[in-house]
Amino acid sequence: MKRYSDLEYLKLSKGQKFLYKLESFFLAIPAAIGRFFLGIGRFFKKLGLGIGREFADLGKTFKEGDWKTRGSYLVMGLGSMARGQVLRGLMFLLFEAVFIVYMVLPQGGLFWLGKLDNLGDQGVHKVTENVFGQTVERVVYGDNSFRILLYGVLTIFFIIAFIYTWRLNIKQNKIAQDYERSGRHLSSGRDDLRALVDEQFYKTLLALPLTGILVFTVMPIVFMILVAFTNYDGTHDGLNNLFTWVGLDNFNTMLGWSSGGTSYSAAFGEILTWTLIWAFFATFTNYFLGMFVAMMINKKGIKLKKVWRTILVLTIAIPQFISLLYVGKMFAKNGLINLSLINLGWITPGNELPFWEDPTWARITVILVNIWIGIPYLMLIATGILMNIPADLYESSRIDGANAWQQYTKITLPYMLFITGPYLLTSFIGNMNNFNVIYLLTGGAPTNAALSTAAGSVGHTDLLITWLFKITMGAESKYNMASVVGILVFAISAIISLVVYSVLPSIKNEEDFQ
Amino acid sequence: MNNENTVMENGQVRLKRHMGLKASNTIANTIIYIILIVMSVIWLLPFVFIVLQSFRCESTWQVGYVVPQQWGLDNYINLWKSDFKKWYLNTFIIALVVAVLQTIIVLCMSYTLSRFRFKMRSTLMRLMLILGMFPGMLTMIILYRVLKDLGLTQANAVPGLILVYIASSGMGYYVSKGFFDTIPKSLDEAARVDGATRAQVLTKIILPLAKPIVIYTVLTAFMGPWGDFVFARYVSFGTSAGMNVAVGMYNWLNLDQIGARYTMFCAGGVIVAIPVAVLFMCLQKYYVEGVTGGAVKG
Repeated sequence: MKRYSDLEYLKLSKGQKFLYKLESFFLAIPAAIGRFFLGIGRFFKKLGLGIGREFADLGKTFKEGDWKTRGSYLVMGLGSMARGQVLRGLMFLLFEAVFIVYMVLPQGGLFWLGKLDNLGDQGVHKVTENVFGQTVERVVYGDNSFRILLYGVLTIFFIIAFIYTWRLNIKQNKIAQDYERSGRHLSSGRDDLRALVDEQFYKTLLALPLTGILVFTVMPIVFMILVAFTNYDGTHDGLNNLFTWVGLDNFNTMLGWSSGGTSYSAAFGEILTWTLIWAFFATFTNYFLGMFVAMMINKKGIKLKKVWRTILVLTIAIPQFISLLYVGKMFAKNGLINLSLINLGWITPGNELPFWEDPTWARITVILVNIWIGIPYLMLIATGILMNIPADLYESSRIDGANAWQQYTKITLPYMLFITGPYLLTSFIGNMNNFNVIYLLTGGAPTNAALSTAAGSVGHTDLLITWLFKITMGAESKYNMASVVGILVFAISAIISLVVYSVLPSIKNEEDFQ
Repeated sequence: MNNENTVMENGQVRLKRHMGLKASNTIANTIIYIILIVMSVIWLLPFVFIVLQSFRCESTWQVGYVVPQQWGLDNYINLWKSDFKKWYLNTFIIALVVAVLQTIIVLCMSYTLSRFRFKMRSTLMRLMLILGMFPGMLTMIILYRVLKDLGLTQANAVPGLILVYIASSGMGYYVSKGFFDTIPKSLDEAARVDGATRAQVLTKIILPLAKPIVIYTVLTAFMGPWGDFVFARYVSFGTSAGMNVAVGMYNWLNLDQIGARYTMFCAGGVIVAIPVAVLFMCLQKYYVEGVTGGAVKG
């Protein structure tokens, strides 16, 4: 492809300019993907170098350290306590004590780690016992794969936290030793506490939110990623029938790389296609129609602006499950719309409009209902942005003879797109995962018989996210396959975001706004 | 002569164009009014229907007309006799507690990320962006099992749900961080020069200025639990005592119940919607500010 200089570009005709832009966009994608992998490579290189540096520093600190520092390699906090920072030292020591006790307890860290390699040997089973000369069968609990995996992950998190704290303890010793040598005052326990509401106030503020995220988001995600490599499902529930590692089998089944998995891979392909189509239409219909409505209401000379807005905003105010469920039933075969049409004599019983029965009707209806749900949000957002466009831009363009359409394409649209570029991306991803609208409206109906598997029915309006939910709810509860779907959804979202972000010209510098 | 003519013609042309513009403007406005009226009708009708049908007594099932033939409060009376009270109370408690705690967590998170520059800051923000791309549905299975082990499911679902809702709420810091970013940093610096600690800056200077975003956060946090359906259904697991309104009323529209409960669903919808909608409409201004700001910040 020929690259134009700025001057050459300006000489191009409109069509050529458009083609040029389109071409540059798509040509930038491979480079963006390349940059992404280079970035990953750089990350690992940096990581390796960093770890190397840490070890070098550990050795150096030990060599140059006094007895207090060296002792801290074994007994955390020893150095701090010996130097008079009692509070700090005690915290370190306490953490180490808790860690060691947890690891060596009978049902502690080492116990779970040891079982992690095959997730347990035997589930609930019967043993025969000799009680007073009689043979008695007794049911005993064996291992529990779910707990092994869960506590295994927890233990690994704990070990990482321990290594980090241990390193921190050494670092602090080094600093304290340097301070001592140069005769500077070491911070006391009271100073440390005061710093937590002042210089280091961010630690206090972040402690609670980050703990929550770690325990209730990060840990479950790690756990579920691991589940994707096991055979955890309804039959292998981890209690009666243990589950174990199966490597990449589930991914092969889902993506059709193994012979046995055609039903999954066919369903996945079909649902993914519809998910992307849905996300595209749901995002852009709302975006442009919402902008259009906002412009209509904003237009000079239109009265009762507040009333129009309030009427639309009412849709946001009413909890979505009510409006979605109600509208869903309105379009049902024996719902308000069909029954009214029969009463009016426009259709006859038996010929009801197949809003949720016909695949194409159903897909169009969900998109239309989504417009009903979504326009008010977009109207609000667009109103706020439109009001910020300097009025003199319009004024001067009008004097130059621009008509309304030209003003829209040359001023309004570029401005909106520039400001809301990142928002469009988030809302595209949000729509891909829009569980509520689909599940409450159709529940995935109508059923796609050709693609339904033993693991659950597949519908024509199912998104990947509702399919994931159905897989876990079905009789077979294929948790492992659900995890695979979840990981793939993540991968798709991540790739889309990376490509869009690296191609978008307006990566905003955060500090510019402050 | 010639010149005068042109001037006159020009004037007439301009006058004509002006009148033309005015006429086309009136037409345009009329079209817009028609579109807006049609839209308002479409947007309002379903809600009018729900209200009307909630007063219908002659049939509990879907019918082909909107205005009831027999008006009455039967549905509301049945509602009072059903488990609806329990669900309503559950949801209200959840919403109230979540509104308070989630606001605190979100404000801590967003204020810190807006004001402090520390070593792991950008890593942390990037990490949360990545975590946000995992479908939340995925973590439900394990959270359900963990809550079950803790005894916080089924009849005890309320504390379990509160715990899960607030635990991860720190991830939704974007909108309020965007707001804090717009408060000039020079305010902080001036207070620091006067000897205030960071904590005092937050409580004495920033929080009074942040009233709009606090109200926005409380409002969205309060409204969230009213609509949550999936996780609540998972956790209550068929036990009526642990359900919220969304889960309970969803079951009323199942095939085996809808015949008898359809109008009750409408009545329930009215009872749920009124307080939430009134609250929302009162605080609309703050919501609009938050939504607009959030989209601009991306």
